[in-house]
Amino acid sequence: MQQFLDTTLGGLVLGAVYAAFALALCLIWRSTRIVNFAQAAMAMVTTYIALSLINADVPYWVAFVAALAAGFGLGAVIERVIIRPVEGKAELNAVILTLGLFMVLHGLTAITFGVQHRGFPAPVSTNAIAVGDTSIGITPFGILTIVVVAVVMAGLVVLFRFTDLGLRMRAAAFNGEVSRLLGVRVGRMLTLGWALAAAVGAVAGMLIAGGDLVNPAFMDPFVIYGFIAAVLGGLDSPLGSVIGGLILGLSLSYVTGYIGEHLAPLVALGILMVVLLVRPSGLFAAAAARRV
Amino acid sequence: MESLRSLLRPVMSVPLARHLVVALVAFVVAMAVIGTSSQYLQTRYAEMAYFAIAAGGLTLLTGLSGQLSLGHGALMAVGAYAATLVLERTGGETLADVFVALLVAIAVCAVVGVVVGVPAARLHGPYIAGATLTLAVAVPRLANQWDVLGGEQGLQVPVPRASELPAWIQDLIWFFTAVEIDQYSFLAYLGWLLLVLTFVALANLSRSRVGRRWRAVRDDDVSAELAGIHLGRARVVAFTVSAMCAGLAGGLMAMNVRLTAPGAFTITLSLTLLAAVVLGGLGSLTGALIGAGVLAFLPHFATDLGESAGLSATQAAEVTPVVYGLVLMLVILLAPAGIVGSLRSFLARSSLTSSLGQTKEKTT
Repeated sequence: MQQFLDTTLGGLVLGAVYAAFALALCLIWRSTRIVNFAQAAMAMVTTYIALSLINADVPYWVAFVAALAAGFGLGAVIERVIIRPVEGKAELNAVILTLGLFMVLHGLTAITFGVQHRGFPAPVSTNAIAVGDTSIGITPFGILTIVVVAVVMAGLVVLFRFTDLGLRMRAAAFNGEVSRLLGVRVGRMLTLGWALAAAVGAVAGMLIAGGDLVNPAFMDPFVIYGFIAAVLGGLDSPLGSVIGGLILGLSLSYVTGYIGEHLAPLVALGILMVVLLVRPSGLFAAAAARRV
Repeated sequence: MESLRSLLRPVMSVPLARHLVVALVAFVVAMAVIGTSSQYLQTRYAEMAYFAIAAGGLTLLTGLSGQLSLGHGALMAVGAYAATLVLERTGGETLADVFVALLVAIAVCAVVGVVVGVPAARLHGPYIAGATLTLAVAVPRLANQWDVLGGEQGLQVPVPRASELPAWIQDLIWFFTAVEIDQYSFLAYLGWLLLVLTFVALANLSRSRVGRRWRAVRDDDVSAELAGIHLGRARVVAFTVSAMCAGLAGGLMAMNVRLTAPGAFTITLSLTLLAAVVLGGLGSLTGALIGAGVLAFLPHFATDLGESAGLSATQAAEVTPVVYGLVLMLVILLAPAGIVGSLRSFLARSSLTSSLGQTKEKTT
């Protein structure tokens, strides 16, 4: 019972991070119909920027905001310079392009910062909370992770539901041609979409790194886990991404806790295949007709 | 010259005969080059051979049937582990052991290819990319799960000794190159022999009814299905053939590297293979060969360049993936047809303009 509780709590924290990643992928998919396989590498870059600031005695939360801003800028530049030429072209091209970007960011970070593992500080304790005499499987940093992801999600909901800017972004993503006729600066909205997504990814990066060791490869599993979580939720639905992230986090936590750590990616692959074959549009997206 | 051409025409107009002639010439040239090279270059050529086999399979899959696979590194891992386990049992001293190990590697990968290919046939675009990428992450980690696979340290691979080879092979090699065969040249000869055979098979397949079906499925799946092509079956066959190539490549890689460990089969390996076929030009076997040459020779060049620029050894090793990544991005942005495709369209354009020029001269 104790182990089950611990595994569940660990899975929820993990799931919150996957959810943030899936949300970032979903934002980009909605605006440009591209799956950004470089998302994790971008988040890794911003995490390293934050780490160098922290090592230069900048307070944690200032570095956190700096990582967010760096992610925002990185996302905007990448969309404008690299992604814009392949938007609307064959979907294979965009996939290969983001994979190339993944390799470049990965290698450049390794060259700049070295490949050795480095400790990353956390703003709050990463020791398990004790209730009476027994410690339960969640840390203050774990709780902070869930809270931060919830705040980010609430912020996005407010942006897209209740602001003029959000409406324009949704319009640009829904139908670029018509929105352009109606005076929406579609190109700018797409850039903003990528920038926002990269900022969300940067937050996820900070949450993964906190209290742990980082090296240029530390985010690699999140390339696939974020993708699987997003597909689980249907790529198109932000709420679905969050639920998909939680489901994946819990499942992988149980697999790691009860069967074996090394089987986790295989189980993730199994989940992905089942979802794609049974409900290709995800658990939460509206069904779209496509048969071939 | 003209008589030679007319003599060759009946041979060269039949695809199988043409491919065999080209293959024979290529193999003789390869033998001569390998025989006269240093040990370092022989190792590079052997590396190029197994990369080319894997890239050939991948270019067939992605270029002809239109399915992207980022999981070929994982399939190579399957082939490498299968071959290693067989070599461990048989001792791997004779030529027969080597071929048995490679055949088992191909067979195991064929089974895996069907298992992965059936669900993959229903996916497209980013979905198949994500699924195969997951495969690339998941499969090598299985080595840590079961003890028989050797865990993180991996398995040592026994390699045939050149002195154990049949006498006639040793004589034949000596006759051709006037150099005694040793372990390094043996692996290079073996690699290139299998490479030439694989490419003949793939080239023939792509010119056959099967290859035409794949192209039809790639270009317009709805029309292909209306024309009576079973989409799923065509895609699964393509995936299986491609997986078999990856298995053979993995088996050869195991013999060359002499250690089969999960660390060798990272996401980067899969992406590197993708970079090779994209650079060469998707769907072109010549392109796959060029790409494989880049894979075999670039890392040492790039690492040297990085070290001379003042980077430490571990940092310089990262120059190579950066170059591959840049190659992927630049090819997609500037020349999506790759080297071979761009050359082909350039030649077509220049011959078009020259023939246009000629007609112009005639009319004026």
